[in-house]
Amino acid sequence: MFDNADALLLARLQFAFTVSFHFLFPAFTIGLASYLAVLEAMWLKTGKALYLDLFRYWVKIFAVNFAMGVVSGIVLSYQFGTNWAVFSDKAGPVVGPLLAYEVLTAFFLEAGFLGVMLFGMNKVGRGLHFTATLMVALGTLLSSFWILAANSWMQTPQGHSIGANGQFIPANWLEIIFNPSFPWRLMHTVTGAYLTTALVVGGVGGWHLLRGNGTPQVRKMFSMAMWMAALVAPVQVFLGDQHGLNTLEHQPVKIMAIEGHYESHPDGAPLYLFGIPNDSEQRLDHALAIPKVGSLILKHDPNAPMAGLDTVPDAEQPPVAIVFWSFRIMVGLGLLMFTLGLASLWARWRGTLYDWRGLHRFALAMTPAGFVAVIAGWVTTEVGRQPYLVYGLLRTADSASPLAAPAVGASLVAFVVVYFAVFGVGIWYMMRLMHKPPEPGEPDPERTEREPIRTAGIMPGPAQHPGSTEGAP
Amino acid sequence: MNVDLTTIWAFIIAFSVFAYVVMDGFDLGIGILFPWLTVGHGRNRAMNSIAPVWDGNETWLVMGGGGLLAAFPLAYAVILPATYPLIIAMLLGLIFRGVAFEFRHRDERHRAFWDFSFFGGSLVAALAQGMTLGAILQGIKVADRVYAGSWWDWLTPYTLLTGLGVVAGYALLGACWMIWKLEGDIQDKAYRLAFRAGIATLALLAAVSFYNLTLRPDYQERWLAMPNILFTSQVPLLSAIMAGFFFYGLKKRWELAPLLLTLALFLLGMAGLGVTIWPYVVPDTLTIWDAAAPESSQIFMLVGVVIILPLILAYTGWSYWVFRGKVGSEGYH
Repeated sequence: MFDNADALLLARLQFAFTVSFHFLFPAFTIGLASYLAVLEAMWLKTGKALYLDLFRYWVKIFAVNFAMGVVSGIVLSYQFGTNWAVFSDKAGPVVGPLLAYEVLTAFFLEAGFLGVMLFGMNKVGRGLHFTATLMVALGTLLSSFWILAANSWMQTPQGHSIGANGQFIPANWLEIIFNPSFPWRLMHTVTGAYLTTALVVGGVGGWHLLRGNGTPQVRKMFSMAMWMAALVAPVQVFLGDQHGLNTLEHQPVKIMAIEGHYESHPDGAPLYLFGIPNDSEQRLDHALAIPKVGSLILKHDPNAPMAGLDTVPDAEQPPVAIVFWSFRIMVGLGLLMFTLGLASLWARWRGTLYDWRGLHRFALAMTPAGFVAVIAGWVTTEVGRQPYLVYGLLRTADSASPLAAPAVGASLVAFVVVYFAVFGVGIWYMMRLMHKPPEPGEPDPERTEREPIRTAGIMPGPAQHPGSTEGAP
Repeated sequence: MNVDLTTIWAFIIAFSVFAYVVMDGFDLGIGILFPWLTVGHGRNRAMNSIAPVWDGNETWLVMGGGGLLAAFPLAYAVILPATYPLIIAMLLGLIFRGVAFEFRHRDERHRAFWDFSFFGGSLVAALAQGMTLGAILQGIKVADRVYAGSWWDWLTPYTLLTGLGVVAGYALLGACWMIWKLEGDIQDKAYRLAFRAGIATLALLAAVSFYNLTLRPDYQERWLAMPNILFTSQVPLLSAIMAGFFFYGLKKRWELAPLLLTLALFLLGMAGLGVTIWPYVVPDTLTIWDAAAPESSQIFMLVGVVIILPLILAYTGWSYWVFRGKVGSEGYH
């Protein structure tokens, strides 16, 4: 009924599904952890209760999101072995230590300080609590550092030799970590996570403004989010462009697929805005092209020659349509974010930031845009390096475990059902929390949502009690 | 036994596994015991006692998995496909129990469902972990650096027994944790649960040990041949002594000692495991040196472990310290 090709396809689908679903949570966690650190810092600095209200409002949402990120992440650390055993054996000596460093420097840091961040406001002093928040935020960033180092090495491998048993043997760890695609990928991805969070915060703010809940808390978070969108979206456009140029240098075939360049262009390549990639005929149907602009963007010279997929054997090509479209979705959304940022600057200048309903609707509509863009970008880079898992060296088809299709298929179905059910509910809980506006005297999650955690140890005196919203420090 | 990098790494992985087993053990154990705790008050307090630390506890599982991939990639690449359904079941179980920590507070109307998912997820994860241990001990077929057995090799009476043993052991840890961290009626209940879980754990531990001797001829030799037996017999002897103290402690209503004695039992179990398979990771097939990563990987990671692990232990200890003392509820004090 099934053969090996089916098992391989199912294993790929399973990994694509679990990794994409997982990515949604850290994409939000990374940005939100930093945002929470900023809010707490502002509260400590200015003593304004409003910042504490916002901190407590978002920290509840953070907790739900973080839990889902943890459990969906554990899955990945074992899936390399269950489904990609040959890859694990061969690339484990390089990828494994990078993941181990992620656990050591990031996961433990986040987990170790998360308890204090969520439940410890009444147990430790303000400085220590803020330290805990900072450590959680730092952990999320270190985590992206290591995981993207591993991913980037798989995209642009260097610094290794190949042993007699077929394993990749690390030779120079600095070269492995700081491989050519790593710096741009790291900056582009972390910035994407920041934008994603800004859009969620801005969308929730816009929603409450539209509903007439223009409390100072809502205004503050909307304003902060719009500053982020206005400042970071242009940066992201620049980083994306640089990442693209880097890809052109190291993975030109991926760029050919992104651009839909089936044919070579000796006198300057066009920019295809749209078209229907046709892999079997190796051409772009119904193409809408702007002449010379492709070369202008990628080579900064309208007449620069560019090779196309006609120079690449079929067996070395990625599936063009997926890459072509996912890239356009990402860029399209990025331009919309840029527009939102500009619109907010305009509104701010005119003094209508909190009154212009069009802007609030725009922000609300853009709430999920960051998530979609992050996933689309991920798909672009991961599908674009096919048919290789370790680029140019280890094919995806040669990386799998000895799998039986029924087992992989059954586990795929189980993952899909459980993820949509469990994480669907979790996302719904987060939306329910967002549905309620942040209020003055936003309750400490520890004291209302749960039975309080009390210890018989030394209780902090009321004077150090940072839970009070009235008192300035 | 020459102490080389590979040996050091075997001990680091063993340490991670042990840290995971005892730390996530008690919070999985509380999940396993959830149906015996009173709805609402009792369960909330049990949950509160682990809410600040469960995530850190579970990180040791990622450390074990990631560390195995990094230090012994071949072992990772062989064991996980061999136990595929168990691993998937464990991961799904951990999802259900992990989200329950947050979800049961978010939705009063469905609390019963999330309580059940906390119980079921914990039970499945514990069972799958125990069965995975059994599957490794009973041996794995390997050919040409890949798993060469069938899909159901892991399912035998022996693995069921090891699975149940781990479930009972985690329940015991959970009960002892509750004795230490809680008070009043729920602590009374924890004493009774610890007694029953203690009996079940010891019975299953004994059953697994005897089964072990018949499982593979070399296991019998490792444990029973002279002069080995002079050393190996210390493991069951010490276990029996610890068990005696444990039950005496329950009777005397010691609060911390039952947990410490249970940890000692687990440590002895770990020593027994060492006697059984050292220096193999897959019995009779792969030694730690066969499965080891190249030296450049081992050194690179060792630097990180030596510097960072003490820090991790320090701030993890600090986090436990912040939440020290009895976990009560409003109006209790």
